[in-house]
Amino acid sequence: MSKLQNALIGGVRTVLGHLPAAWLPGASPDQLADKRVTLGTQQPRIDGPEKVRGTARFAAEVPMDDLLHAAFVHSTIARGTIAELDVTAAEAAPGVALVMTHHNAPRMKVPPTIGLTNLKAAGNHTLPVMQDAEIRWNGQVMAVILAETREQADHAATLVRMSYDAAPSRTRFEEGKAHARTPDSMLMERNRLEKGNPARKLAEAAVSIDATYNTPWLSQNPIEPHAATIAWQGEKLIVHDATQMINATAGSLAKVFGIKEEDVFVSSPFVGGGFGAKGLWDHQILGAAAAKLAGRPVRVRLSRASMHRLVGGRTQTEQRVALGSDANGKLKALLHHGYATKPLHSICDEGFGLTGRSLYACESFDIVQHYVDLDLLANSFMRGPGEAPGTFAIECAMDELAHALKMDPVELRRRNVATCDPVSGAPHSQSDIMAAYDMGAQRIGWGRRAAEPRTRSDGEWLIGMGCASGTFPFIRMPGTSARITLDSGGHAHVASAAHEMGMGTATVQRQHAADRLGLPLDSVSVTIGDSRLPFASFAGGSSQTASLGAAISAASDKLAAQLLRLAGNDTPLAGLKPGEVRFADGGLRKIDDPARYESFASILKRAGREEVSVIGESTAPLEMLKFSMHSTSAIFCEVRVSEVTGEIRVARLVGAFDCGRILNAQTAASQFKGGMIMGLGMALAEETLLDERSGRIMSTSLAEYHVPVHLDVPDIDVMWTDIPDPRTPMGARGIGEIGTTGVAAAVANAIFNATGIRVRDLPITLDKLNLG
Amino acid sequence: MTPFAYRTASDRADALSAHSGARFLGGGTNLVDLLRQNVESAAELVDVSRLPGSISETVNGGLLVGASVKNSALAAHPLVRSRYPMLSRALLAGASAQIRNMATVGGNIMQRTRCVYFYDAEGARCNKRQPGSGCDAIGGFNRYHAILGASEDCVATHPSDMCVALTALDAVVHIAGPDGERTVALTEFHQLPGATPHIETLLKPGELITAVELPPAGASATHSEYRKVRDRSSYAFALISVAGGLEVVDGKVADVRIALGGVAAKPWRATRAEAALKGLPATRENFLAAAAEELTAARPLDGNAFKVGLTQRTIAAVLTSLAGERA
Repeated sequence: MSKLQNALIGGVRTVLGHLPAAWLPGASPDQLADKRVTLGTQQPRIDGPEKVRGTARFAAEVPMDDLLHAAFVHSTIARGTIAELDVTAAEAAPGVALVMTHHNAPRMKVPPTIGLTNLKAAGNHTLPVMQDAEIRWNGQVMAVILAETREQADHAATLVRMSYDAAPSRTRFEEGKAHARTPDSMLMERNRLEKGNPARKLAEAAVSIDATYNTPWLSQNPIEPHAATIAWQGEKLIVHDATQMINATAGSLAKVFGIKEEDVFVSSPFVGGGFGAKGLWDHQILGAAAAKLAGRPVRVRLSRASMHRLVGGRTQTEQRVALGSDANGKLKALLHHGYATKPLHSICDEGFGLTGRSLYACESFDIVQHYVDLDLLANSFMRGPGEAPGTFAIECAMDELAHALKMDPVELRRRNVATCDPVSGAPHSQSDIMAAYDMGAQRIGWGRRAAEPRTRSDGEWLIGMGCASGTFPFIRMPGTSARITLDSGGHAHVASAAHEMGMGTATVQRQHAADRLGLPLDSVSVTIGDSRLPFASFAGGSSQTASLGAAISAASDKLAAQLLRLAGNDTPLAGLKPGEVRFADGGLRKIDDPARYESFASILKRAGREEVSVIGESTAPLEMLKFSMHSTSAIFCEVRVSEVTGEIRVARLVGAFDCGRILNAQTAASQFKGGMIMGLGMALAEETLLDERSGRIMSTSLAEYHVPVHLDVPDIDVMWTDIPDPRTPMGARGIGEIGTTGVAAAVANAIFNATGIRVRDLPITLDKLNLG
Repeated sequence: MTPFAYRTASDRADALSAHSGARFLGGGTNLVDLLRQNVESAAELVDVSRLPGSISETVNGGLLVGASVKNSALAAHPLVRSRYPMLSRALLAGASAQIRNMATVGGNIMQRTRCVYFYDAEGARCNKRQPGSGCDAIGGFNRYHAILGASEDCVATHPSDMCVALTALDAVVHIAGPDGERTVALTEFHQLPGATPHIETLLKPGELITAVELPPAGASATHSEYRKVRDRSSYAFALISVAGGLEVVDGKVADVRIALGGVAAKPWRATRAEAALKGLPATRENFLAAAAEELTAARPLDGNAFKVGLTQRTIAAVLTSLAGERA
């Protein structure tokens, strides 16, 4: 990320700003935004029965003959080299087939890393995997044991004797800040943003606040730990993986092992939760390398502890926010400065500095983000990267400003609604955050909130309410493609190497294809989850629905053209162009002359075809550069806080979302609620215990790493504005991550309202209330 | 995990015939984890969870609870619920339903600390796990650690909820061993760390807990509560907990029982606070003062100074509630 990138993207934006919108993707609204049959209805997940019956096959369950099981030995220091590595006892242990260390591991290249330019890259860090004696973080894998059973492998792992030449390590955030770096750009944006003399505006503001907020390291904890079942067939590599990056994993493993891309097969039909964690990490590479050495298939199934040591989560941040407004609450200045740990080998910007750029109209901005380099496991993408910690800081600050102004926090947001992109001036594709606020406020009964903190109670329990905005950008990935195969029986089959991490990909795209092709749901099937299917980008950045949706839409256009060609001249459709027909009633119909119709079956039969098959692709997402495209939400929370113990219990949680059209009320509600529960965890429970003396993670099981339990999760109400976005497929924007954003701030703001105590450090545990 | 032999004890004598290097296995909800983590190892596991165990009233009106009784069965027993409610509530505040269905009374007493450095056999120093190696909890993560009775060698806490209530109720541990049977007051059973944090109980090699006996329930046992303080609502170990029982006559404290969890290497009977309260008016002010008296001995660490005030307020809240006033 560089000055050059800033110039390029800036240049493209400038050009696109002058281009008519009609020339860009999304030029005319997708008809399916309004003309919907199954889209928008509740549809249960089609994979539900398989999962409930236990017949859905996950990566660690794929049967394979002659299978070996892997266990890992992790380093216990952060920096240094291996002095002595004695594996003789491990090799002699019962059942052991192989001990792999840097001494005998095959030579492997560093995988290409996830980025915006290479859709076949899945690497999460830039470090070599088991190629030398060097130790770069506490927890790095030093040895892999393969044995006939997992228990034998685990036991042998305890027999590996290792000593180190330790080197000085950098593991302390505070010390790292002094050497922080400030890159020119962050994701696709320039990093330092100064606009409109923020220093003067802040100094002249009638009311201002200035505070610093901290968020800790968070570890990824999908219910399914990372796993892969791996086999070599000659030069062909077969990986049954749990991944949200199927094609990228295949492409990356090809590079790692120097083999042809088409010789790597990655299958991942079901993933037990992704949240950004299920990409390419060291375990797949090590598993494949060990399988190659052993000449037998290998199953890698990370323990929860190995997962915490090998799979990066959300990085630590420290964020200063200063806001200045006039006496009426109109924002004059927004300052957002901060630090995030990002080791040099990490590729993930935790871009909290983007949050404040789109949420509110403001006269001036001063935003910059610094990166702290430490000898730690690479941080990575975790549901709502950037916006999850970013909204905590910005939205707590807004609450603090509202308090200083003696103004209702919802009213403060209303007075600062952005009517276009506050930084670039680009028009919104669609945006109505106040519609969300009004819905949410009504549902929770915002009128019951006491303006003065610490005025409501029930016995020892102080009661308070808070709100906060959430936000996440719209992203559509280019390159994602889908094949539609239509058979003479009128059945359409959609195939793509897309991903199912539990959110309902196949379910929703089946609805989409049915509505798109004018077919009943029963006449459509969807296959995803395998690299041999048409290429798909990753399921990340809440982009998959839009990307796959665009691919299916493009394929349907091709299908219409193909069908018209096949129909020939001996048809009521003779002479019509694709733009003149639409899919309807299991066939094609002329748009303004319904009498001109022919069914798919009839067209194919006359053409002597069993089926017709086309592939469509999601094109370059230029609309993202022309328009300001963000989903927003209003989160409301009611908490009870014991004034005896400081225990915090969330009594109610309401989320109102402005995310364009909702495609399936049932799966969407689950996405929103799941995201909000993750936000609750971030607010009150989750914290990786990273011992700064050693760089070692001490919270390696769910006993120490707390996530909310059922009793911590109240009834959650979710609702949506359902206003179509005219620039997106189906009028929808992504919904996978926004649920997590804004929740921590809403909880913190509710705690302030209940207690009068402002806690700016996550997670908000009872000791931080400082009751004495 | 290191391979081990496993057998089921057919009766008590069979169990006691176990050779040195064997470990008794109850529900396995703690020991199996520790074996998996390589914190513990055993040549042989002798499963005593199927030895006969029952809950029966003693001749003097107390209660005898077999060591193999499951936590869930003890919590649900009508006599426990009616006469010793703090015990039932303490049990139900612990773990999860699934774990309570497995965990035994004997095993619960023998469970080991949840200190994260104790659990990290590969990467951390711990005097309890490896005597003389040092203590990484001091200067590290010690939010869950002891404020009372700790030493320079160990600041770990005992994690049990059940034992806190049993301690408040003057429970007695029945022990069988190669040299015969004996009984020990639960207050004496667990040891403070001193310079030997690896020695956690009075149990000698080869000895087996066979039962726990509760004396007859007086008014202060029956009028009792257990309050567990934790960040999340369930399935978390106590930051601190308070088992309290109170008998008030003419507005004055006639009898009081206070035991604390999450503050020391053993369930902590707050004898100083109890002594200070006897005969005083049952008021929140007096409860707070007595709690403060108990906590004058507190020596908090970097990460757990909050526990001192928290414990004081929670003791006062529990007793005030029992006295019938608003906390």
